[in-house]
Order: sequence, then C-alpha cells, then structure tokens
Amino acid sequence: MKPPRFDYLIPRSLDEALGVLAQHGEDAKVLAGGQSLVPLLNFRLVRPAHLLDLNDVAGLAGIRVDDGHLTIGAMTRQRAVETSALVRERCPLLAEAMPQIGHVQIRNRGTIGGSLAHADPAAELPAVVAALDGELVLRSARGERVLTPDRYFVAYLTTAAEPDELLVEVRVPVTPPRTGVAFLEVSRRHGDFALVGVAATVTVDEAGVCTAGALALTGVGPTPVVARDAVRTLVGARPTPAAFEEVGRRVVAGLRPDGDLHASSEYRAQLARVLSARALARAAERAAAGAERAKSDRR
Amino acid sequence: MIERTVRVTVNGRRVEKTVEVRKTLADFLRDDLDLTGTHLGCEHGVCGACTVIVDGAAVRSCLLFAAQMDGHEIETVEGLANGETLDPLQEAFREHHGLQCGFCTPGFLMTLTCLLRECPNPSDAQVREAISGNLCRCTGYRNIVTAALTAARSRAASARP
Ligand SMILES: Cc1cc2nc3c(=O)[nH]c(=O)nc-3n(C[C@H](O)[C@H](O)[C@H](O)COP(=O)(O)OP(=O)(O)OC[C@H]3O[C@@H](n4cnc5c(N)ncnc54)[C@H](O)[C@@H]3O)c2cc1C
Ligand code: FES
Ligand code: FES
Repeated sequence: MKPPRFDYLIPRSLDEALGVLAQHGEDAKVLAGGQSLVPLLNFRLVRPAHLLDLNDVAGLAGIRVDDGHLTIGAMTRQRAVETSALVRERCPLLAEAMPQIGHVQIRNRGTIGGSLAHADPAAELPAVVAALDGELVLRSARGERVLTPDRYFVAYLTTAAEPDELLVEVRVPVTPPRTGVAFLEVSRRHGDFALVGVAATVTVDEAGVCTAGALALTGVGPTPVVARDAVRTLVGARPTPAAFEEVGRRVVAGLRPDGDLHASSEYRAQLARVLSARALARAAERAAAGAERAKSDRR
Repeated sequence: MIERTVRVTVNGRRVEKTVEVRKTLADFLRDDLDLTGTHLGCEHGVCGACTVIVDGAAVRSCLLFAAQMDGHEIETVEGLANGETLDPLQEAFREHHGLQCGFCTPGFLMTLTCLLRECPNPSDAQVREAISGNLCRCTGYRNIVTAALTAARSRAASARP
C-alpha cells in the first residue's frame, strides 16, 4: 500500500524541530531512518498530519567519548555505530549487538534514536542500553530531561517521551577494565527480530572473582527485562558454569513471556534461561582473557 | 509542504522533478523515471526486491521518500550494464543460473554490487550474510552465492595487470 497524505517538514536545526513539535506534537511524527515508521505509513497504521524529517537537522549524529561515557547522537546510523572503532574499543557490547539488528540495508538507514524511540521489546538496542545503565537524553522547547532506561521504557512500543520531546542522544558508560561482554540471540531466520536476546556483562577482579555483572533480555516482556537480582548472586563468586546456570534459573523464575505464532511462552522462557547462562559464560571467559592481557601488559 | 522539487542524480544522469511528498523513492523511479527494473515485493522493508544504492549504501527504496533525495545520488539496476554488455556480476548470474523468474534479481544485484565494492574478495559466509535481507522465491540461494563469488574472482582477475 501507499502512505496517506501528510504535510512534510524539513527543519534544519534542532530549535526549529523542537518549535514544530511544541506546536504540532500530538499530530506530528518525526521521521528518522524510516525503517519502522515508513512500513507503518505504508500500511496506514499511522496517519500523522505532519511528518517532521530529522535527516537534515544539523548536529544530531555523531559518536564521542567524554567523562567516562560514550555518547551517541540520535540520528547516528546503526551502520555507523557497527563500524565505529571507538564503539568497538569503548563499548564492545554495543558493537556486538549492532550486526544482529536486521540486515545491512536496514542498518544503512536505521538510526540509534529511532530504535530507542520505537521501543520494540524484541529490539537489541533497548536491552543493551538497559544492561549498561545508560541514559536517554530528551529535549523539548521546555528544556532537557535525562531518563534512566527503567523510567524511559514504559510499555510495548511506548516510552516516557512526551509528544513535544525528541530523543537527542544516548549515553552509556565506557566499559571498565577486566570486563567481558556478550550479546546472544535466537531468531527464526538470520536478520529477523529475535525471539529472545540477552545482553550480558561480567567484571572480575585480579583473583578472577566476579565483582559485577549485568543482564538484560529482549522478547520476554513489554519492555527490556533487566535481571538485577538474579545477577547479584554472582558477585563475590567464582565464575563457574553452575553459577551461570543458577542465574539462568533465577532469571526465568520471575518471567511470564507472552507466546505467539513464532514461539510459545514456555519456549521463550527456555531460551531466556539457556541464553542467559551462555551469555554470562561467554562474557566471563572474555573478562578472564582481558584480565590476563592486562597482567602480561604490566609485566 | 505536500510537493517538493528535487534534484537527484540517477545512474549518473541529473534529473529535476516535482514530486508529491508521500511518493516513495521506488514509485518515483518506476513511475516518474520509467526505471521499472526496481521491483516492489512487499513495500514494508522485508523482501529486498526494491534495493537500490543511495550515496554508496544499499537501502530499501520502498522505505524512503523521493522528497528526501534532493542532492543525493541514486544507482539502480539499469545502471549496471553498459549498453548490451552485462557487468561481471550480471554475467555471473546468467552463467550460474542465479535467477529464474527474475523478480528478486535487481535487489540481489544492487546488494551484491555494494558488497563487492566494500569487500572485493568475500567469503561464502560474507556473501550469505549480505544477501540475508533479500528473498528469492524460486532459485534457491546456492546459485546466487556461486554467481557472487565467481564475479568477485573475475573482477580480481581482470584487475590484475
Ligand atoms: C526487515 C526489517 C528488519 C528489522 N530487524 C530489526 C531487528 O532485528 N532488530 C531491531 O532492533 N530492529 C529491527 N528493525 C527496525 C530497525 O532497527 C529500525 O531502524 C528502528 O526500529 C527504527 O529506527 P529508524 O531510525 O528507522 O526510525 P523511524 O522508523 O524513522 O522511527 C521509528 C519511530 O521512532 C520515532 N522517532 C525516531 N527518531 C526519534 C527521535 N530522535 N526522537 C523521538 N522519536 C523518534 C518515530 O517518530 C517513529 O515513531 C528492522 C526493520 C526492518 C524493516
Ligand atoms: S519492496 Fe522494499 S523491501 Fe520489499
Ligand atoms: S528468481 Fe524468482 S524470486 Fe528470485
């Protein structure tokens, strides 16, 4: 099908864009990469009166590191993040998740901000930002708000952003030393939205004991699910397969994923348990390898 | 605005047209420029038949608006052959039966053209990864992969002095 009629606006600056949103927020939609919005327009599932194209707004794209944070502008293309050496070096979890988003043709156009604004519970980026305790920076003509993922992701395809607010950037902490990461997912076909995905990090001390860990899952709830309590049991423990399997069991104890045509509730829970244990194990292996490298560098 | 005048370069040719802003790039190429080689299978980003190259990157033309293309450079399947002479990738598709009905072929060719520019000597796995966003309902992917690998080798051979 073809999109319904809309009024097309091309702001050149952030202020101009925010001005339009202040006036038309409720009846306007912003267009980023269009990889989720244009299908909805083509199906006429959304019919905005105004379509506000962000692609020519100056200053919304870019990747930088400052005060221990990696900051990515909302209009940065997914493919640019995937191929960034800075991201690979400072935030390997993000680098590992990127190529698992759709296909290269989608990532060439799709943006970081678009994915985080669309808030699909099966999407990789929301889980990565949640696992890393990132921050989402919203801007409107009224000012700026910085939200944590648990306050930003509200429900299925719903965020706490008001109709006049734009997501302008996302910040994640730079990955600390002796930390390993992993992003694992299972999907029916390569490039499909995953049935379940798991983002994991594990930090070890010089003696190889776990000092911190994080785990966030896609596809098992209306928003990314962060398994804080389950992971806490790892702290102070040696990273062993038994410890990771125990975390996996705890993760699913509190979950009631919805089943659908692609996977039953039981199967999703099973994937969540197995992938959690595997992702933690892989992250721990990498943390140990990183700790070894650090030791031999010092020698 | 509900109409916009855009200046674009399509297969090296500059065109200026006024388009309704809701017209997708795919419909613009097909209906306004008569470049019907770009096919539409699903119009929601899943099948890859509409893949074209914009500013050097393979993208879905069903998910872009022509009004967004002002100042941009577009390559379509019509730009590959030189008159009656197929380019090496097209030649390899013909040689290795990389198509049957041909509906998906323009999308595969544009996706693979991009891959071979970025990665002139891809592995079997890299080719498969690259075409994972293109669906073919009749050929099966084996021959398409063979065609892509053959084209890569023949390009490498012809590049040697
Ligand atoms: C075939 C296919 C496969 C895909 N597979 C995956 C996958 O496996 N994993 C995955 O995560 N995604 C997948 N996607 C979705 C893709 O990642 C999209 O790019 C992403 O969901 C939306 O980003 P976008 O830049 O394209 O945003 P758009 O489609 O332009 O916008 C999406 C929504 O976000 C809003 N929005 C965009 N930017 C902002 C902003 N800065 N501030 C406020 N609101 C904003 C828009 O108004 C709209 O409602 C797939 C898409 C396709 C077509
Ligand atoms: S027609 Fe564009 S991806 Fe199917
Ligand atoms: S050749 Fe018929 S769909 Fe691919």
